[in-house]
Amino acid sequence: MVEVHLWSGLRSLTGGRQVVKVEAKTTGDLLRELVKLHPQLQAPIDAGVSIAIDGRVIASGLTEPIPAGSEIYLMQRLRGG
Amino acid sequence: MALDDRKSEFSFVGTRPNRPDGLDKVTGRAKFGADISAPGMLHGAILRSPHAHARIVKIDTSKAEAHKDVKAVVTRADFADVPFKPGLEGEFWNVLENVMAGEKALYDGHAVAAIAATSALAARDALKLIEVEYEVLPHVTDVDKAMASDAPVIREGAADYSVPAGMHPNVVRYHESGHGDVEAGFAEADLVIEDSFVTEATHQGYIEPHACLGMLGNDGKGELWCTTQGHWIAQKTCAALLGIETSQLRVTASEIGGGFGGKTTVFIEPVALALSRKANRPVKLVMTRSEVFRATGPTSSASMDIKIGMKKDGTISAAQGVFRLQGGAFPGAPGDMTAMCAFAPYNLTNVKQIGYDVMANRPKQAAYRAPGAPMGAFAVESVIDELCKKLDLDPVDVRLKNAAHEGTKASYGPRYERIGLVETLEAAKAHPHYSAPLKPGQGRGISCGFWFNHGGETSVSLSLSEDGSAQLMVGTPDIGGSRASMALMAAEVLGIPYENIRVTIADTATLGYNDVSHGSRVTYASGLATIKAANHAVEKLCERAAASWGIPTDAVKWENGCAVPSGPNAGDFDPRPLADITTHMGSTGGPISGHFEATPEGAGVSFGTHIVDAEVDPETGKTAITRYTVIQDAGKAIHPTYVEGQYQGGAAQGIGWALNEEYIYGEDGRLQNSIFLDYRIPVASDLPMIDTVIVEVPNPGHPFGVRGVGETGIVPPLAAIANAVSHAAGVRMRQLPMSPPRILAALKDNG
Repeated sequence: MVEVHLWSGLRSLTGGRQVVKVEAKTTGDLLRELVKLHPQLQAPIDAGVSIAIDGRVIASGLTEPIPAGSEIYLMQRLRGG
Repeated sequence: MALDDRKSEFSFVGTRPNRPDGLDKVTGRAKFGADISAPGMLHGAILRSPHAHARIVKIDTSKAEAHKDVKAVVTRADFADVPFKPGLEGEFWNVLENVMAGEKALYDGHAVAAIAATSALAARDALKLIEVEYEVLPHVTDVDKAMASDAPVIREGAADYSVPAGMHPNVVRYHESGHGDVEAGFAEADLVIEDSFVTEATHQGYIEPHACLGMLGNDGKGELWCTTQGHWIAQKTCAALLGIETSQLRVTASEIGGGFGGKTTVFIEPVALALSRKANRPVKLVMTRSEVFRATGPTSSASMDIKIGMKKDGTISAAQGVFRLQGGAFPGAPGDMTAMCAFAPYNLTNVKQIGYDVMANRPKQAAYRAPGAPMGAFAVESVIDELCKKLDLDPVDVRLKNAAHEGTKASYGPRYERIGLVETLEAAKAHPHYSAPLKPGQGRGISCGFWFNHGGETSVSLSLSEDGSAQLMVGTPDIGGSRASMALMAAEVLGIPYENIRVTIADTATLGYNDVSHGSRVTYASGLATIKAANHAVEKLCERAAASWGIPTDAVKWENGCAVPSGPNAGDFDPRPLADITTHMGSTGGPISGHFEATPEGAGVSFGTHIVDAEVDPETGKTAITRYTVIQDAGKAIHPTYVEGQYQGGAAQGIGWALNEEYIYGEDGRLQNSIFLDYRIPVASDLPMIDTVIVEVPNPGHPFGVRGVGETGIVPPLAAIANAVSHAAGVRMRQLPMSPPRILAALKDNG
């Protein structure tokens, strides 16, 4: 079980929660579980999110392993120039 | 991704060999976007809207089509405007709408029709034969006015899930993040400053205009040559917009004369292909400078409110920012990026940031080096500077006191891995520039800046030749010296000279998918892929040596360009240099190549600190930048000269953005300064010597420690220059550019 910290703009889609606990071994699992618990998160996930695992930002990969107890942050997908 | 090949001692990396494209460029041999022709080629021209906002009632192309020199005319009806797998939705639809207007012209310069004719002149002349009936609509070009309740609606239904109820339909994305309790933090502060700032849109200002040559048959097979930062995204987008299969369109990237983020999408490429399909002949399209300004991506304009509380000892107790970014008539202004980057350099207990993406009747914004970050830094770092001034604190000491470091919870959420901000600030404090005396009338400003950097999908292929030289194919157009840095990294792994490696930007038919050259990703991601591909080739070289010696492969290691027995029990054999192995490769197992394809996910964030001296002429309002020092963490500088060039380029573009560059719109919503005579980018005589300091705090996510360097350098300049000018003028400058009339007005207001 890991705690996923959302950005505060998502609270309106999760009944006010900014931290959601999910069971996930990979970044892909994590996004699926988030949507199962809070279906309204599908829209921001479809719009593009990145996932920070203990500070390392995974821009788009869905197969990155998530170590137990790691600190997870959902972030808006990064864009560059 | 395992980084078992991490390295800290280097033979080639960190040296400064000659650039491989130098001779081609100085002799005119390099082929840029417009430097290509084909038998039977036609020339294209695009008809553009003279209105900022207008309904297109009717387009009559019959007279143009009847002209003897005209071979094809296209309008929106000639594109794939119907659902298509994977579907013209989202950004594909936005790009199509931008490439060729549908029901409405959304900005001055928006394409409404195009012609292919037997000469460029004939094509331009024939545009006059196209009759367009417009119903002119009310327009808005200012970000704050575009959010007001009485603003004309640019497109209903463009807002996504994130926008709070009750906002104007022109507000299409909303971002909010942060942590702690800002109100409690402000209550703890000894001084709170709240202020507002404005920046105008600026253009990336690449010297080479957009240019392409498109060929597309009615069998759905095509070829495209274009100047671009990413030919795979050009391939994917053009295929979607024209309703053809992606793999049937082969795209070759020309040599590129600058991009800075502005060439990460398509503008004329789908139009050239559509014209070609209709005329059944190759079509060349080259934008004029005026078209580049009017119809390709400038950066966003911004309006921002900042509130920061500070204790007497310099500790920031709370910080809050509201960032409103205008990105043209389409969603995409990076208000979220501005918000996430603005306070990222600081270790804050209480922080809150809000970003808005707002549409207005202007061209679709495109990325421009660290998109969104420079304007946010301008606003935030100006307020920090004012707090330092009022509390009589040293601006570097205050930034050091609050600086983010490894383990700091970033303003955008997660904790930082190893980062190098503190090292850049310490280098600033120790630099002779920071303690050099100022002359009367001069001011000094400093600023920090942050950018994320990016990895992205990457493919690299390396093949060895019989004579021991190597060819490296990468898919990221070389916008900043990547052919040199890739060759250095391959040389480091293979142990052969830099000069023996030729790096080619492969076309879309000869290498796997590659994301665009953006996000400061190329030296990081293509570099990582190059190292892995070279290691892959080295494994095969070791296998061949092991087989020739009759020992196991794991008893052979690669050292200084040679296979050597590894350990005392491996046997006593003379080292076999690379060329000794490759000369026999055909008869010992075949060609030796190395490949790597992945999406590297370890791009390290980076920080910079800039020191600027400015002198303001109180009579004319003209500013001279008298001294400039850039200090930035590169992780590891592969080719230090190119890294310094990136730093200097960021400072030079920042000087233009801060002092002179701006999109000027008339009351009619038309752009008034669409040529370089009226849109003033810095020239050599405007710039001082820009000194650079490369800080190297290795990125744990790259085998050699590389962090991207292309974007962070544009983040601090606006703020550092504004702080210097504000000190020199004795008045806080809150609007960019700080052009002479604005400075004179500020001096006058200040008495």
